Amino acid sequence: MALVEVKGVSKHFGGLTAVSKVDLAVNAGEVHCLIGPNGAGKSTLFKLIVGLYPPSQGSILFDTVDITAERPYARVQRGMSIKMQAPSVFKELPVRQNIRIALQERLSGAERIAEEDRLLTLLNLGPDSEKLAGALSHGQQQWLEIGMALALKPQLLLLDEPTAGMSPDETFKTGELIKSFNAEGMTVLVVEHDMAFVRQVAQRVTVLHLGKIFARGDLKGILQDEKVAQIYLGKTHAH
Amino acid sequence: MLKLLEGPQTLGRGKVFWSSFLVVLAGALTYPLFADSYDVGNFAYFLIWIFMALGLCLMWGYGGMLSFGQTLFFGIAGYGYGVLAINMGGGTATIVALMLSVVLAMVAAGILGYFMIWGGISGIFFGIVTLSATLVLAFFLGQTAGPEWHIGSARLNGFNGMKGMDPLTVGDFFIEGSTLYYVMIALIVIVYLALRMLVNSGIGNVIVATRENPQRAEMLGYDVRKYQLLTFVIGSGLAGLSGALYTSWGQFITPSSIGLPAAAMPIIWVAFSGRSDLTATLVGSFLLLFGFQTITVYSQQAALVLMGALLLATVMLAPQGFVLGIGKFAADWWSGHRRREESPVMAEAGRLQSEET
Repeated sequence: MALVEVKGVSKHFGGLTAVSKVDLAVNAGEVHCLIGPNGAGKSTLFKLIVGLYPPSQGSILFDTVDITAERPYARVQRGMSIKMQAPSVFKELPVRQNIRIALQERLSGAERIAEEDRLLTLLNLGPDSEKLAGALSHGQQQWLEIGMALALKPQLLLLDEPTAGMSPDETFKTGELIKSFNAEGMTVLVVEHDMAFVRQVAQRVTVLHLGKIFARGDLKGILQDEKVAQIYLGKTHAH
Repeated sequence: MLKLLEGPQTLGRGKVFWSSFLVVLAGALTYPLFADSYDVGNFAYFLIWIFMALGLCLMWGYGGMLSFGQTLFFGIAGYGYGVLAINMGGGTATIVALMLSVVLAMVAAGILGYFMIWGGISGIFFGIVTLSATLVLAFFLGQTAGPEWHIGSARLNGFNGMKGMDPLTVGDFFIEGSTLYYVMIALIVIVYLALRMLVNSGIGNVIVATRENPQRAEMLGYDVRKYQLLTFVIGSGLAGLSGALYTSWGQFITPSSIGLPAAAMPIIWVAFSGRSDLTATLVGSFLLLFGFQTITVYSQQAALVLMGALLLATVMLAPQGFVLGIGKFAADWWSGHRRREESPVMAEAGRLQSEET
């Protein structure tokens, strides 16, 4: 069953069509990767799902409810959680307070403090919990933002290039983290460039090219698709 | 609940801070015992403005909304108090007039804030719109000199201002002089502590998160517009409290207390003090008001020029505020001093422990 359905969605910026009549279904419980070359419209589609852009046409359903006209906060309250492409944390606030702001609607008192500690440990941010978030390295800010997204305990986790700026080791750990949350039943939609990461986590893949769906299927099929290799990596195979 | 008096959004914590707070409060409470009644009345006058400064601190420093329109709500409540007190006949009804006039300012803030915040007005445009609304009210009241401009039996009186309302009264007892001073002290303590609890609460977390990154705050499921409106209404209500108390104190109010020079004052107090902390704003605003009043006795123009120079100096030299900067420096010095004092003791304790093992 589809948790998110994008139906015939287009987005125009003046004369530019960033996304054109896209249909996409993300099934409950899967890790779905959205890939494509630069300018393919991945981040735009992501922002349409999140509600940061209103679509020029088409509709978006979450858990069978039409959310096209809803603001981002209402979509989050329905069970979405988002990690943006560029680190988007509260830089002038301590790391722990960043997590607390994400948690405080769900938990309170000792339970909340225990969950803060658990997430900080999970993200290797325990020793830096009293530092200002802006003082963290780029990779740590990415982890902190993932932690804030996870703190909401969402049904659907949306990650826009979660490993940008991370070392290979950090990237691998992030992949394992995503897989562990998926194993607990969380649906994950990832926009990602790093094919090693996609291979590590993806169960299904959708390829966007020039704002349109170019291909979709399971990971193995996509990696063996000659046309995908051509548009995505020149004429080289994707593996 | 009391735990919220301390937290990440407020400077000042622990025994040293709260002991200092009690010492200052005790000094304020005993001041009328050895000062003459003129000075006590003057102090009560300075304290009237503190509410407006604290309200702007909440909106600007914590919420990131620079309102140039604090005197708009000051004026609405100030005139509101006058109209209500005159029409309700004075006496204990003045207490009701005070409360209703503050509610009136909050309702006005709710309406203006709704259109601004839901309309997506933010940043510098927030200041422009609030200033425009303030000037509209000031100019409007300035042309109400004719006898046709009255609400019930209360004449607005144009630039000459409204007068003839009773001061705050309980039964036959006027709340003036030392009594007014003690009422001011009590209200300031209540408002200051309540604001500390607010900014350190979950709501305060969202208010500062919205200041830092409104999109991220919304992506955590918060309708940031509601939090901004709440902040705006509370801050404006505090400006309204200042306005109603001002009218009650002087038993008059004129459009000049709303216009441009008056509207700039709260911004100077809060910027100079340190907008991101309530305590710095409380202390700094009081010092500036005291200094301004002292200089005004000799020359009002000189006082205004000094205020302008202070704003310029703040922007150029201490954008986070002078009082806050000095406070942080003192806190750092104190904690460094404590560490230096403790380190030989700790070293000795470590040495003894290692010898024992």
